[in-house]
Amino acid sequence: MIGPFGNITPFHLDILKEIGNIGAGHAATALSSLLNKGVDMKVPSVKVVSFHEITELIGGSETIVASVFFRVNGEAPGCMFFMMPSLQASHLIGQLTGEHTEDWKEFSEMAFSALQETGNILSGSYLSSLSDFTGLKLHPSVPATTVDMAGAVLSWGLMEISAVSDYAIVIETAFTGMNDQNGESLKGHFFLLPDPDSYRKIFNALGVPLDE
Amino acid sequence: MSEVKKIGIAGIGTVRVPQKIRTAGLGSCVGVVLFDETRKIGGMVHIMLPDSSIAKNGEFNEGKFADTGVRLLYKMLVSEGARSLKAKLAGGAQMFQFSGGGDFMRIGPRNVEAVKLELKTLKINVQSEDTGGSYGRTIEFNPENGELHVKTASSGINII
Repeated sequence: MIGPFGNITPFHLDILKEIGNIGAGHAATALSSLLNKGVDMKVPSVKVVSFHEITELIGGSETIVASVFFRVNGEAPGCMFFMMPSLQASHLIGQLTGEHTEDWKEFSEMAFSALQETGNILSGSYLSSLSDFTGLKLHPSVPATTVDMAGAVLSWGLMEISAVSDYAIVIETAFTGMNDQNGESLKGHFFLLPDPDSYRKIFNALGVPLDE
Repeated sequence: MSEVKKIGIAGIGTVRVPQKIRTAGLGSCVGVVLFDETRKIGGMVHIMLPDSSIAKNGEFNEGKFADTGVRLLYKMLVSEGARSLKAKLAGGAQMFQFSGGGDFMRIGPRNVEAVKLELKTLKINVQSEDTGGSYGRTIEFNPENGELHVKTASSGINII
């Protein structure tokens, strides 16, 4: 593979996947104790995807999603998103606050706050395990929350990488476990989008440098 | 029969009547439409970043940047016979509100500024725009009547 990613092999993607798994494990534990019920985070997929495909992962660029955005600061900067389709988000909010609003346009301040806090807890535990694993200092910015079109939100995170490439490596994590009224499990996604220069730092820290 | 051509992120394309052209999920990106009213042809580019000088490798997708994207769209339309071009813009939002964060956070407004600068160089007037704010937009242009439909998640369709 060429471009800003250097020679990223399936082996490197597997390592990112393993990190994702560990992070997801911690995040699931955190979410379980918040909701007081079992939450499972699925094996993440780690993919090299084009800008177009990245929005397809969440259901198309016009899908309305609730998103919590963080800038990752520290030694390997990047962007991080926690995203849920708006209807799923309203079920999550219902479980957290007892407030049942199907229409995202009527989400209260409390609802946004619950969403933001969930994103905060998840990303915090995710990042701290990534940080433990790599020995790199990483910390999230204050979160920003919005409900809008997936494409509009995600393109924000692609800004850094887009200066050098039309592709991004997406570390995707899906969680399931909580149920909505119909007994269907809620699904959410994590996207970790390291800045172009951060890949090298992460792999170096893991002892598997990218060959020039 | 109305066929709609879809433009992705950093994509570029042209249409003539009865085709329409559309791009979805503009956040801080800017959708630029150039069109010739009398000849009923038009084109669209989905711009991500203001300036191609930050492209770190030699080859890049011209549609991604305001300077190269607007120029390429102009050339494409002229080669297809367009003469008197006008512009319409949408997008350039600031999706998240942060304190601090610097230029990175202001990318939407900077994209709009860069597009206007390039249009000025090409002596193309901006006929209408729906830019700024903090929400996403999906746009669809019809070269038949020069209408640009701007759809947002919260307030429906605005025609500019």
